[in-house]
Amino acid sequence: MSDQPLLKVRNLSKFYGNRIGCNTVSFDLWPGEVLAIVGESGSGKTTLLNCLSTRLMPTTGSVDYHMRDGQYRELYHMSEAERRFLMRTDWGFVHQNPADGLRMTVSAGANVGERLMAIGDRHYGNIRQTATEWLERVEISTDRIDDQPRAFSGGMRQRLQIARNLVTGPRLVFMDEPTGGLDVSVQARLLDLVRGLVNDLGLSAIVVTHDLAVARLLSHRMMVMKDGHVIEQGLTDRVLDDPREPYTQLLVSSILQV
Amino acid sequence: MSDLATYNFAYLDEQTKRMIRRAILKAIAIPGYQVPFASREMPMPYGWGTGGVQVTASIIGPEDVLKVIDQGADDTTNAVSIRAFFQKVAEVAVTTHTGEASIIQTRHRIPEETLREGQVLVYQVPIPEPLRFLEPRETETRKMHALEEYGLMHVKLYEDIAKHGRIATTYAYPVKVHGRYVMDPSPTPKFDNPKMHMSEALQLFGAGREKRIYAVPPFTEVVSLDFEDHPFEIQTFDKPCALCGAEHVYLDEVVLDDKGGRMFVCSDTDHCETRQAEGHFGAMLATSKEAAE
Repeated sequence: MSDQPLLKVRNLSKFYGNRIGCNTVSFDLWPGEVLAIVGESGSGKTTLLNCLSTRLMPTTGSVDYHMRDGQYRELYHMSEAERRFLMRTDWGFVHQNPADGLRMTVSAGANVGERLMAIGDRHYGNIRQTATEWLERVEISTDRIDDQPRAFSGGMRQRLQIARNLVTGPRLVFMDEPTGGLDVSVQARLLDLVRGLVNDLGLSAIVVTHDLAVARLLSHRMMVMKDGHVIEQGLTDRVLDDPREPYTQLLVSSILQV
Repeated sequence: MSDLATYNFAYLDEQTKRMIRRAILKAIAIPGYQVPFASREMPMPYGWGTGGVQVTASIIGPEDVLKVIDQGADDTTNAVSIRAFFQKVAEVAVTTHTGEASIIQTRHRIPEETLREGQVLVYQVPIPEPLRFLEPRETETRKMHALEEYGLMHVKLYEDIAKHGRIATTYAYPVKVHGRYVMDPSPTPKFDNPKMHMSEALQLFGAGREKRIYAVPPFTEVVSLDFEDHPFEIQTFDKPCALCGAEHVYLDEVVLDDKGGRMFVCSDTDHCETRQAEGHFGAMLATSKEAAE
């Protein structure tokens, strides 16, 4: 593991006019680390995620990324071409709704292969081979490789979206409510899968969720957001077992017990 | 002569021609790049070649000799009406012989006879954006062209192979021009793609409804996209042309009766007639002559 952080976030703020999206957020993300951002709806989690992943321009602040060549680059000083290249090679973005992250009208194999073709892979046999392997890894039967994601269930679509993102071997994956809209048994399988992949590949991930159970299972560290501010951060087990802020205590105590 | 208002030479007013010529110059300067232009209403419906007609009208002069083809033929509706249009509004000489024409406006084909330096081939284009059916957003496709993000084009070819076992795209087959822009060669059969490569003639593309002009200058590299293990191939035909016996030309299928009878003939009528005049005969023509005698 490297002794330098993968991502250095300093005083990141996003304002929508007078309203706060997120306010002076600073943190480091280390290689191989999974960070969960939790909070209620409207607390600024998704705004923060979008600012980090260059999908949304922050109002102030800086995000430095540790490139593969060992240099730190400020994301918002890169050209758009470089940013987009980074997004489709070294990063992944898993949307809450798989339809946003997949091409629904092309086959599963082409969905997985798209990133390979985008970085210049021009051998059909190799692309298909890689796509087959990735479908196996995310537990999608390989005879579905030529089916369109429209014919897939919600859980399969989400797993396909993950395969599509991981095929280029990214180092950082952003996930926006990856288990939203899935029933609990499918959620459990997906979480198992993601946890396995993160461990195997040594990925770093930033996971936005309102589900503390997801944060507990996946993440090493977590940040609690309220009204655009990070009010508490620390190791996941510490925050969940010994919450310090009154809001975090409320959040933890409001988990439904069955 | 009546005192009624008449049309300017070649129908369009001079300011419009100037605007279109500027777009054409820009298109030639950036091979394969789609230049937006203020497309005018033409006295024919969209889909009939309004883009090609505007390009032709802007470059044509009184000394030009015009040839118009539709699916390779000089005598089909679209070709006849556009040829008549320019005879009326520009009073230019027209021809059906590829070699004699200085401007050839075409829909769906490139003539079989190799074009020479000084000739201009004007294509009528329905949808200029090769990425359109994969990415519906114009803002996004423009960005993809600007940043040279063409992975999506191969996704389409991948889908073809996954579904049909080979690249089944037979027309509007995407090409890369001068190593930079991916371009839709208009709905010409892929049979004609190799003719675009290093062509001596200037190739201009006009899309009237979509308001785009693009160009391939003479002697420009035009490469059809493919996979290493599924290389680009053109169509091949089992039999030669039934009328002139030509091989290695693009053939049209003509249904003869309702008992399964059919013949394959040159789609380029000028090429076929020239060959017949030179004494080449295909199988069907020989039998009909014998029957007549």
